Amino acid sequence: MKFLCMDCDEQMSFEERALPGDGTFTAAFGCPRCGRRVAMLANPMETQLVGSLGVKIGGRTLDEQPLELVRSAMEGRAGAFAEAEEEAPAGARPSWSAAARDRLERVPSFVRGMVKRIYMEYAVERGIAEITPSVMDRARAELGLEGM
Amino acid sequence: MTRRLRTYAEVVGPDRSGLAAQVGVQRDRVRRRLASVKAVVAVMSGKGGVGKSAVTAGLARALAGDGARAVGVLDADLHGPTVARLLGARGPVRVDAEAVHPVVAEGGVRVFSTDLLLDDGHPLSWRGPDSERFVWRSTLEAGALREFLADVAWGALDVLLVDLPPGADRLADLAALAPLAGAVAVTLPSEESRRAVARAIRAARADGVALLGVVENMSGYACRGCDAVQPLFPGDAGAALAREFDAPLLGRIPFVPGDAPPPVPSTLTDRVLEVLA
Repeated sequence: MKFLCMDCDEQMSFEERALPGDGTFTAAFGCPRCGRRVAMLANPMETQLVGSLGVKIGGRTLDEQPLELVRSAMEGRAGAFAEAEEEAPAGARPSWSAAARDRLERVPSFVRGMVKRIYMEYAVERGIAEITPSVMDRARAELGLEGM
Repeated sequence: MTRRLRTYAEVVGPDRSGLAAQVGVQRDRVRRRLASVKAVVAVMSGKGGVGKSAVTAGLARALAGDGARAVGVLDADLHGPTVARLLGARGPVRVDAEAVHPVVAEGGVRVFSTDLLLDDGHPLSWRGPDSERFVWRSTLEAGALREFLADVAWGALDVLLVDLPPGADRLADLAALAPLAGAVAVTLPSEESRRAVARAIRAARADGVALLGVVENMSGYACRGCDAVQPLFPGDAGAALAREFDAPLLGRIPFVPGDAPPPVPSTLTDRVLEVLA
């Protein structure tokens, strides 16, 4: 998928994506020559259709997790997975704020272990000491975590 | 005058989304995972209720023997999973950062199935918008099959048996994702079954899948009291399909009351062993 600035006949650059949480998807593109920006807005069905392919518009910034598609989309059984606790490097394990912990608890347990690992990896890679709801929002948008 | 717009191919800059490349990476994950699997064999039928899962379970046990071979069973019947229970596989499923791990069932058979993931008695259901659900549901299910192939740590296997749902669609998905050694078709003796299975075999061949042979299941009723086999369904669909498709009839399995997978004929296990040789 490419976006073309018709005035400049120049390919536009992907700038950012957003997942407002209502099942829709937004991707912003800008023209490197004239600076014009456009946003592509996808409705829930379009968002779901692309998501069903297991691909991310704007590209992947995180390796695909095991059973990522199944776990993020299936109405599965609580306790279906026995999650291995990953060992974070010493001193690098971020803490969770109370609000972030509450929010994580609201994620269906079928997918919670995977979501927790993704947020932890996101925080470790960026040197974030505490995971807060705002960190979770940033991670969702940057990583394209629809449904998580 | 309207200016002609450049096409996708003419705009030579990088495609940041790289959706095709992402799909390519997904395919590579399947290829890498199956590199240590000697053969992938599908168990198929065009008709429901013919006992595919029971035949798959019996075949898996026979091939595994007493640790003679490493055997995996992937239950591709996402909506009606039964083979895991037939093999005595129970969750939870162990998962780490690299993979999910198959459940090791009786006889050492490694099993993965939606049955391990769903609440007991609950249907397979996907989160997502209700509008136009049919448009994306089949895509998701093909994606689930891909993940079951790519993300389950099957390890080194002599054979991975794939228990398919009725019909031909899922076999087409499987054939597109994985190199198949072939498929075993299961039928009842009846003419109705022959017709349905013939359609599925033709679809399989159109997808380039080799037919390893035909198994006629519920081919009579085995009386536990006297060991006699009495007629159950009229017809000889197994032999008819074997003739029609120039493939071997790999056995007739009588219906035996009980929950255990039926013992499978040695002609069936021998045929699968041939493709492993």
